[in-house]
Amino acid sequence: MSATDFPRNPGTGLMPEWFEDIRINTPAAEARAADLGARRSLKKNFQAAWLVNAIRCIDLTTLAGDDTPARVARLCAKARRPLADHILAGLGLEQLHTGAVCVYPTMVAPAVRALEGSGIPVASVATGFPAGLMPLDLRLAEIRYAVDQGADEIDIVITRAHVLGGDWAALYDEIAAMREACGPAHLKAILATGDLQTLSNVYRASMVAMQAGADFIKTSTGKESVNATLPVSLVMVRALRDYGERTGHKVGFKPAGGLKTTKDALNWQVLMKEEMGRDWLRPDLFRIGASSLLGDVERQLEHHVTGRYASSSRHALA
Amino acid sequence: MPTVKEILDSMDYGPAPESATEVLGWLATRGQFGHYIDGGFTVPADLFTTANPATGEALAEVSQGSTADITAAVAAARRALPKWAKLPGHERAKWLYALARQLQKRARFLAVLETLDNGKPIRESRDVDIPLAIRHFYHHAGWAELVETEFPGEAPHGVCGQIIPWNFPLLMLAWKVAPALAAGNTVVLKPAEQTPLSALAFAEICAEIGLPKGVVNIVTGDGRTGADLVAAPVDKLAFTGSTEVGRAIRRASAGSGKALTLELGGKSPFIVFEDADLDAAIEGVVNAIWFNQGQVCCAGSRLLVAEAIAAPFTRKLTARLQKLRTGDPLDKCTDLGAIVSPAQLARIRDLVSAGEAAGGELVQAEAQLPAAGNFCAPGLLLGTEPANPCWSAEIFGPIATMTSFRTPAEAVELANNTRYGLAATIWSENITLALDIAARVRAGVVWINGTNLFDAGAGFGGMRESGFGREGGREGMAAYLRAPTAKPRPEGAPGALDAAPHPGKPATGELSIDRTAKLYIGGKQARPDSGQSYRVTAKGHEIGLAPLGSRKDIRNAVEAAHKATGWGKTTGHNRAQVLYYLAENLAARQGEFEARLREMGADPAEAGATVARAFFYAAWADKFDGAVKSTQAAKVTLAVPEPFGVMGVVCPDAAPLLGFASLVLPAIAMGNRVVAVPSASMPFAATDLYQVFDTSDLPGGVVNIVTGAKDELAKVLAQHDDVAALWYCGEAQGRAMVETESAGNLKATWTLENRDWTQAQGREFLTRATQVKTIWVPYGA
Repeated sequence: MSATDFPRNPGTGLMPEWFEDIRINTPAAEARAADLGARRSLKKNFQAAWLVNAIRCIDLTTLAGDDTPARVARLCAKARRPLADHILAGLGLEQLHTGAVCVYPTMVAPAVRALEGSGIPVASVATGFPAGLMPLDLRLAEIRYAVDQGADEIDIVITRAHVLGGDWAALYDEIAAMREACGPAHLKAILATGDLQTLSNVYRASMVAMQAGADFIKTSTGKESVNATLPVSLVMVRALRDYGERTGHKVGFKPAGGLKTTKDALNWQVLMKEEMGRDWLRPDLFRIGASSLLGDVERQLEHHVTGRYASSSRHALA
Repeated sequence: MPTVKEILDSMDYGPAPESATEVLGWLATRGQFGHYIDGGFTVPADLFTTANPATGEALAEVSQGSTADITAAVAAARRALPKWAKLPGHERAKWLYALARQLQKRARFLAVLETLDNGKPIRESRDVDIPLAIRHFYHHAGWAELVETEFPGEAPHGVCGQIIPWNFPLLMLAWKVAPALAAGNTVVLKPAEQTPLSALAFAEICAEIGLPKGVVNIVTGDGRTGADLVAAPVDKLAFTGSTEVGRAIRRASAGSGKALTLELGGKSPFIVFEDADLDAAIEGVVNAIWFNQGQVCCAGSRLLVAEAIAAPFTRKLTARLQKLRTGDPLDKCTDLGAIVSPAQLARIRDLVSAGEAAGGELVQAEAQLPAAGNFCAPGLLLGTEPANPCWSAEIFGPIATMTSFRTPAEAVELANNTRYGLAATIWSENITLALDIAARVRAGVVWINGTNLFDAGAGFGGMRESGFGREGGREGMAAYLRAPTAKPRPEGAPGALDAAPHPGKPATGELSIDRTAKLYIGGKQARPDSGQSYRVTAKGHEIGLAPLGSRKDIRNAVEAAHKATGWGKTTGHNRAQVLYYLAENLAARQGEFEARLREMGADPAEAGATVARAFFYAAWADKFDGAVKSTQAAKVTLAVPEPFGVMGVVCPDAAPLLGFASLVLPAIAMGNRVVAVPSASMPFAATDLYQVFDTSDLPGGVVNIVTGAKDELAKVLAQHDDVAALWYCGEAQGRAMVETESAGNLKATWTLENRDWTQAQGREFLTRATQVKTIWVPYGA
């Protein structure tokens, strides 16, 4: 199933009554988040399949000041062939690639070149990532630049001040303008939840982003002091479930930053399956923003295939 | 097993079974179990089978405990007692610590065994039952260490007979055994016949660490064995189980002098206000009624949902229900396992059918249930009104009832519309509202924005017909210790009252103005319903007539007491003011009371002592504090001593003023309203008091006085379903009667013997006048 199977979220007008009175009980959210991982367990082929699915959903990411076209090409090569051949064969699979590659705008063109013919979309961060504190026209121009360079998806950052100050109209207008600037490219709205702090703020920002037409809501830039956590993800997922119940539109979810282990990969997928359902385990509605996670998943899958514990030195670097 | 490719399409969870190899091997080696008595296992005899409820397959054969087995076990416990009780606390602490450690080392074994025998999901036995049981032993290792300094002067009861249910077999064992041993008691424990195996494994663990023989004895068997244990010469009985059996135990042990704690059934309300985090409350329901297949005494089984959110709540809950996985208890992905027995499953089905017939709409998970085993799909009975049998009956299965309410006041009214009072859950993000509701629900445990939170440091136990006594924490320890008992002063059985006229010469030659003693009900003097008075004599002379109260006067007094609702809500300071004022007014008339006491042949010094007693309880009225418990991270856990409400107080015949005051004053100082039956032979000390009450701002109905035949009136109070607690001071026959008759609504009773009342004051009276409500409030920004 490809991304086009679900119609894009057209958004709605700003509807503050959908989120203003939201009540989030933090200890209860934390308890449910902890409970999810304990309630479900995946063994043997099932665990392997779920880990393969995690790879299908990874936005393999490099967002560093020292990124170069060559470093991006290496990442893209890994995105095309995320598992060594013997592991893939051992799993009984022929073909596998990551959900996307995620880079800075100036790295889009090298990424597009490197991924040519693979069907792997290129995602670009934009809008003054990671802080977003640039004039709006420059941020919109950055989106247009990235789309022009060939980006299929744009990961925007929101102005945290709008959330902390409760200026929902400003937040809505900003994201709606970004959505327009994206054109055919899908918009992923990074809420930088580590900066928003409270779960109520997370819910409200999620709802505004969806009302403004976000195709995905995403937890973090990876640069905040706290990135994706399960309780925050739970609240965002519940927001997109509520939005779906009200509008019938499907919105995707992307936790980013902080998912490093196979246990994380499984926990977040269990969260999606339990709180949403099967559809939210497809790459068009679920992505994981990660760089090191793939290495751990590959080691685990090699162990599944060979019965021996693996060494990362035998696996291709991303 | 499907291929990776196939699973990638379905994204199913697949089987994730916990291995039972070790446990099955152990069971195969044992095969048949005897009882654990005096440090060894008896030869298996009179065997019955314990089966895996998920498959119906036999797990082992277990012995049906006979009267002789119970006798032997109690004798072993009795022999072990002196040495165990005399051990320094530190030494007992070492044993409890060893038990905790050993349980920890056997944690997985015990979890699997529990799941096999009970049918509960391995996730629960692994993450809840066993860790909590271990925590209980650690916590009580601490109490063993501290008991001498923290409970000075108190002593263990002696031999404890303990009977536990099948729903949390090892955890309930821990709740019973740990505090008993910590306090210096020895125990004979009978596990439920459906789930005896973890207790037998525990017995092996006791043997493994070399616990002194006879300190812990375990006798398996059914209710007959339990009845033998209740009848055996033990010093304390502790029971967790059904209200029906609890009632039988109350009756069977009445008058025996055995201390008793009962943790019984419930039909606990789960209240969701419109300002709740609905998704959180939905998960709350999952943990309330779909935890342990709903076989939980404190299960939030009556959902009360604000009308304003009833529709979205029902929609969300119905959707959530479909996500639950019911099946193999050993599978780590299972949410609901098997019902403990075919009989229990049939009972659930019968009750739910009755609920449907009465208009409830059953919504059940569309689960594919395993073909074999006792499985029940989780569900909801929507639209269950209070008139529906499922509103009041404990289903003890994974079916919650649901109805809506309009206002907070109506939520409380519905919540309290039950004979039980074990637990309550409140969901609201408004802490002001939530704490108000917490104060108003009749429940021993209240969870705000959470449910089924447990910790060894927090008291757990019920009000009303959910029983009495607390387990866990300081109050749980107190239930395994006794204060030094006052030296009894036998006063003889109450004499017959004479209501016939006795013409004769008045005691004094001159005609003085008649002084008519009346009953005192609702702040007013009242003539007895019987229209009769009885003769009160002293030294052979008639000194006056006292009203002959009857059952209708008790009825009226209880009604009046119920109307005085403000007393329990007012501040301790205000109650202290009234008690001080009472002392002041009594002191002003001290000479008059002394004369009256002298006239009746009582000690005139009682008047001054009563003034002092009023000061004493005025002092206490605003100082009998609760506690903040150290339980789990980010959860405020409050232990609040609450008054029972309406209490009966049947006073000693001797010490007509001080005995009366020593019982009535602590009760009202704590906020109770009292129906008091004063000394029948010397009633005027009490009836004179109502003029003091009237001038002391004591609100009408707080103290009601009904004079008359002691045991006749006591029996009416004991049988009254709207009296929450009853104190009775008197002879053995009366004490037994009161305990027997109180079984109807399982009111808390305190039966005591006449004593030297000059010494009868202190904390014990206040503890007896209150019940602890534990309130949990998780917090987090």
